Amino acid sequence: MEQEKISKNEASQNGREARLMKGNEALAEAAIRAGIDAYFGYPITPQSEVLEYFTNEMPKRHGVVLQAESEVAAINMIYGAAGAGGRVMTSSSSPGVSLMQEGISYIASAQLPCLIVNVSRGGPGLGTIQPSQGDYFQAVKGGGHGDYHLAVLAPSSVQEMADFVFDAFRLAEKYRIPAMILADGALGQMMEKVILPEEGSLPKMQKPWATTGKPNSRERNIITSLFIEPEKMEMINLGLQEKYRQMQSEVRFEEFALDDADIALVAFGLSARICQKVVDLAREKGIKAGLLRPITLYPFPKDILSKLAEKVNFMLVVEMNAGQMIEDVALAANGKCPVYFKGRMGGMIPSPEEVLKELESLVEKQSVSQD
Amino acid sequence: MEMIMETETATTLNGFELVYKKPSTLTDTPFHYCPGCGHSVVHRLLMEVIEELGIQEQTVGVAPVGCSVFAYNYMNIDMQEAAHGRASAVATGIKRILPDKFVFSYQGDGDLAAIGTAETVHTVNRGENILMIFINNAIYGMTGGQMAPTTLLKQVTSTSPYGRNKEAMGYPLKITELLAQLPGAYYVSRQAVYNVNAVRKLKKAIEKSFAYQKLNRGTSFIEVVSNCPSGWKMTPVESNVWLEKNMFPQYPLGDIKTPKD
Repeated sequence: MEQEKISKNEASQNGREARLMKGNEALAEAAIRAGIDAYFGYPITPQSEVLEYFTNEMPKRHGVVLQAESEVAAINMIYGAAGAGGRVMTSSSSPGVSLMQEGISYIASAQLPCLIVNVSRGGPGLGTIQPSQGDYFQAVKGGGHGDYHLAVLAPSSVQEMADFVFDAFRLAEKYRIPAMILADGALGQMMEKVILPEEGSLPKMQKPWATTGKPNSRERNIITSLFIEPEKMEMINLGLQEKYRQMQSEVRFEEFALDDADIALVAFGLSARICQKVVDLAREKGIKAGLLRPITLYPFPKDILSKLAEKVNFMLVVEMNAGQMIEDVALAANGKCPVYFKGRMGGMIPSPEEVLKELESLVEKQSVSQD
Repeated sequence: MEMIMETETATTLNGFELVYKKPSTLTDTPFHYCPGCGHSVVHRLLMEVIEELGIQEQTVGVAPVGCSVFAYNYMNIDMQEAAHGRASAVATGIKRILPDKFVFSYQGDGDLAAIGTAETVHTVNRGENILMIFINNAIYGMTGGQMAPTTLLKQVTSTSPYGRNKEAMGYPLKITELLAQLPGAYYVSRQAVYNVNAVRKLKKAIEKSFAYQKLNRGTSFIEVVSNCPSGWKMTPVESNVWLEKNMFPQYPLGDIKTPKD
């Protein structure tokens, strides 16, 4: 009966099924199709559907799901399970991801691949359950203690909530690093058509370093983030930094109407979707605006932004926070063009109209100063 | 001395048959523990049992922050170091991925009964099929002798310099009794390593808990009431006398919960 219901909702597209799903559910379904061995999580709005989806599906399919006693426990279960060679993930929302930061730092130092999803909400503090991009700094600059980075992917649609699970695991396992999907409450809650990735299409990697029990044929494997001699700890750090350098080749971004643009909007995630509309509205008014959307927030697409800064009159960075990514955009622009900011905070989403208004007033100011 | 060094690896030593050897499950790294500390004895017992059961290949251990954080330097098995208090969560992650392996955590009192209390209680409450070894020496050894959750009333530590008083610092936490109440706890025992008899009993308890782990019926939990000569500011001998006189009345030895069937 249930099976029938699903197949009725499915429409075939290029031989692959299309479904109408919530972002949180698409993410969880994609993770099962990515062959995860375990999910550990703790309920928090607006991402509890992820945990619920797994608790519903895992017993019928494959893999372990465990509702932990806290986000602190969940991330440490991830540490243990990833160290034991599992393909594992957790998800949470901003306050819960803050609780995980200690564990994430340990995971980064111990060089364990895993996926952490932040369906973020407005803060600081307990904040609100409405969508926000206020965790950009936390996601991109490290978050926990010490010098480390995550690979950070920012989806802007339900489709990407699903697709980026595969991409995140590819990066995590290729570089032996924790990867993060930085979404927001709106992307988690909204329903869109999604074509799900094929089950089993993400090959499993050999993990000879995993603690699976020491046979006579090899030395013991140790998963640790403790390197008490500073000379050794520096070597570990140099190794991590070398990885982050190599990862620069993984930069991804999307360009929208930039070919003839003399003004560039820069936005990620949900803000980028809003900015696509802004570009359309601006062009109707004769303003040649375009959009650059960073898809990987780390590594950050600084080279393309640097080139873009030479071409456009100014950049307008639009975020659902007080101005976080703008620091990286300004670094990339390096004074080659003015970089302005428009943001809303605390769970508020900017409307295309208010961004357009800001854009128009900047265009006007610029023409005044040029006259 | 030279003589002993030369013949150490032979089956005879100075004409006597060698019957007591380092288990193959211990590495050649000398223990860093202070003279008289119970850690090395517990390490050895644990590794002896793993060797005798022939489960080196099937065992993964977890040691978190504390004096025993370097346990992986000595235990010749696959191991994970864990954050302070999180060993049982890490062990849960390992066991859920490798349900057929033997998994143990090796934690101190500050780790297991203070910062990691939530993880401890919930791991046992889920009845994770692991062995948790809990070294209770009533002090934070690694950080230099601060008050632990298990520090006795009136006991002097570097952060209870006038003695632990219950009004301001609460009571010594008998977490082992607390955990024994949980249905997920399958075997709960309190042992020691202060004399030969105690050492033998602890080894038996460890053997039993590995056998129980195979049954998949819940958590085995062994508290080892141990000493900390450096933290207690005593000689090893004094520390064992003090242990008997002061620790055992508060933490009496013996099985607290045994399987019914």
